[in-house]
Amino acid sequence: MEKLNPVKKVNIICSKGAVEDVYAALIMANGAVMEGIETNVFFTFFGLDAIVKNRMDKLHTAVVGNPALRLPGGLRMPTLLGIIPGMESFTSWMMKGQMEKLDVPPVSEFLDLITAGGGKVYACKMTVDMFKMTMEDFSEHVSGILTVGEFYEHAAGEGSHIIFT
Amino acid sequence: MAQKTYAGVTVDVNEEGYFTDPSQWTIEIAVEIAKEEGIVLTDKHFAIMEFLRNRHNSGEALSIRSINHSGVIDVKTFYQLFPGAPLKKATKIAGIPKPASCV
Repeated sequence: MEKLNPVKKVNIICSKGAVEDVYAALIMANGAVMEGIETNVFFTFFGLDAIVKNRMDKLHTAVVGNPALRLPGGLRMPTLLGIIPGMESFTSWMMKGQMEKLDVPPVSEFLDLITAGGGKVYACKMTVDMFKMTMEDFSEHVSGILTVGEFYEHAAGEGSHIIFT
Repeated sequence: MAQKTYAGVTVDVNEEGYFTDPSQWTIEIAVEIAKEEGIVLTDKHFAIMEFLRNRHNSGEALSIRSINHSGVIDVKTFYQLFPGAPLKKATKIAGIPKPASCV
């Protein structure tokens, strides 16, 4: 299918660290790589957890203040249930299990797939400074730490798009 | 439904050029489709296409992740063998439908 203005490059900013937020960014990124689209993913603020070695595969989903969260069977999950100890871990574990069934890999393996196809992964300089981290803390798939200005330089080009999640 | 002729054989394809009947596929046909895509097929290409065809025939969904579990090649090599959009190109050349998975 020939399109007039094809998407040639995507630059995805992942700013949140819950399971679903990170997966939204990674699925969009991996999908772009699979289409042969040049791909950059920029992790900032709490999204940074997705590239921190010892945190990336232990992400959680919010069980409090998440009005779309439902119990098995479709009933809305009452916020008060969310405060039960272990509820967040259990819900996160269930979510990851469901994703696994759809062949969605754990975060570390997802980064493997994205970079194997030529996608690039970056950390946000300001966040790295704020959380007092270094490249040592990050997955081997992280290409570097960028300032906002450098991110925009990487994003330059015709048919390039910026997606914020 | 559209038809296309490869290596002297007429096959049924959809509007995007994917086979609608994988049983019409032959190695000679694959070589011709690959040529259209600018790819010269090697043993490695055929090995991974065999994996894709088997997986399709057994009704399993195809994903980029499944390539790593193929035992034939890893994903990085897959991207090198079928540059650009590897899963789309490989399934087209392997004579099976375009994968409907998002991963």
